[in-house]
Amino acid sequence: MIRLENVGLRYGAGTKAGPEILRDISFSVAPGGFRWLQGPSGAGKSSLMRLLQLALRPKRGTLVVLGTDIGTAERRALPALRQRIGMVFQDFRLLGHLSAFDNVALPLRIAGRPEGQIRADVGEMLRWVELTEKADRRPAQLSGGEQQRVAIARAVVGRPSLLLADEPTGNLDDAQALRLMRLLGELNRLGTTVVVATHNDALVARHPGPSLRLEAGLLVDDG
Amino acid sequence: MPRRDDDKRSRRDDELGLRRALGDRMLPLLVAAMTFLAALALAGALAAAALSAHWQDGAASAVTVQVPDPDQPVQTQADRPEETRLDAVLRVLRSNKDVSASRSLSQADLSLMLRPWLGATAEVAALKLPAVIEVHLAANADEAAIAAALAGVAPGTSAESHGVWVGRLSVLALSLQACAWLALVVVVVVAALVVMVATRAGLASRRDAIEIVHGLGATDGTIAGHFARRITRLTALGGFLGALAAVPVLFALTELAAPFMTRATPLQGPGFLNAAWLAQPIWVLLPLLPAVAGTIGFLTAQATVRRWLRALP
Ligand SMILES: Nc1ncnc2c1ncn2[C@@H]1O[C@H](COP(=O)(O)OP(=O)(O)OP(=O)(O)O)[C@@H](O)[C@H]1O
Ligand SMILES: [Mg+2]
Repeated sequence: MIRLENVGLRYGAGTKAGPEILRDISFSVAPGGFRWLQGPSGAGKSSLMRLLQLALRPKRGTLVVLGTDIGTAERRALPALRQRIGMVFQDFRLLGHLSAFDNVALPLRIAGRPEGQIRADVGEMLRWVELTEKADRRPAQLSGGEQQRVAIARAVVGRPSLLLADEPTGNLDDAQALRLMRLLGELNRLGTTVVVATHNDALVARHPGPSLRLEAGLLVDDG
Repeated sequence: MPRRDDDKRSRRDDELGLRRALGDRMLPLLVAAMTFLAALALAGALAAAALSAHWQDGAASAVTVQVPDPDQPVQTQADRPEETRLDAVLRVLRSNKDVSASRSLSQADLSLMLRPWLGATAEVAALKLPAVIEVHLAANADEAAIAAALAGVAPGTSAESHGVWVGRLSVLALSLQACAWLALVVVVVVAALVVMVATRAGLASRRDAIEIVHGLGATDGTIAGHFARRITRLTALGGFLGALAAVPVLFALTELAAPFMTRATPLQGPGFLNAAWLAQPIWVLLPLLPAVAGTIGFLTAQATVRRWLRALP
């Protein structure tokens, strides 16, 4: 499902290439597996998540996501893979000109699902994140936590094979965080591979599970 | 707050927020200006082609014969003392198989032609005008031989071929045509560049949205399609407005050119409702310009966006 071997990443290319942000990362996650991705701020968690989301290609090493070797895959093979990956971004990355409803509907529309099914699925998702009343609001008219819940709904609505969540509880209160962790557990039980990045050790302590620990771009603890 | 259905649909079509990023003022305006110029260049090219064709077949075989002292009797022909110089020339012309038609201009025709120079009241009759004969020759006729034969029966008779002028005019017409086509090519290239610049600006201002949609698995084709749809709509609108603006100008120009395009004499009345006028190819091509503008917009937007997207993983 996910396999990394000696993966290295640096931002920029050529003369503008920066330092290596990720160095010699090797680990694997079986289909249907779960991992916490822990580490202090700036360790490279979001960068690793971006690699797994296929928003970046590794500069060296082998990266296999959903059974496809990303280093050798053709560029036009990637969109179909991305449609099977759900991602909650640390900074939400909602589209500001679209309503909450349309933001959540976006992955389904990109995947070309019929509009009737989209309405039903998005409606259900918005009910679950308790935003039915605010479906017409644009992101700027929502609180931080509400935006995060829209981002979560967007990541989950397409029933992805791989769910990546980058600090998904950062703006949630404890009750909502608990609900989210239950949802992630539920999806995981149904077969979705889940990776959750966080620098919140208390959250991990409350919901124990296998974890990867990054420090300054190096994987220091796998298990 | 009830959702209006059309509002919902419009937002759905505009996932990338291009309605704002690619405004509906500047691009259509520029494309309208470009289409207007294209229409004029096209009309110029077509008119130059039509004029040169018209001159070619109208004048290539035409010769103007001038007979001085037309009413004087022929002196050298003792056996036909009654015959005037004009009659002698006409007789020679009629018996020549290379002459397909000849027409002697009447005194009235001549005074009509001379009126601009001499005035209506001029005593044209008092002037010793030569007789003027319009002669049409068959193809490959030997002009020099005919001129010599005419001078033989009426010394001083001159035959002026229009061939030289036709040659000069068709070179001029061809040059005009070449310039018009060149202008058309330049307009098309500039239009494509304008679309490219507008598309790049749109890409830059919607970079975040494009990256998000790309990250969610949208293909290059889908994203380029969003841009191309918007740009096609705007350029076709510009093309329509430009073509519309060209109509009155082309209308006036065709009016001015009409006397050169037909063999009509002033007596044939205004060319306004002339069927030939509406059949001018420009009126067939003009309605196609919005489609051409839209096509240029579509292709340029597709190429620009796909190229830009290749920088994304
Ligand atoms: N687009 C970028 N260009 C250059 N450097 C970057 C970029 N994004 C992140 N970095 C650098 O990469 C390193 C890792 O950043 P990253 O966002 O992956 O950390 P993180 O572990 O997610 O931190 P946090 O817990 O604060 O979210 C940091 O030093 C950061 O400055
Ligand atoms: Mg981060």
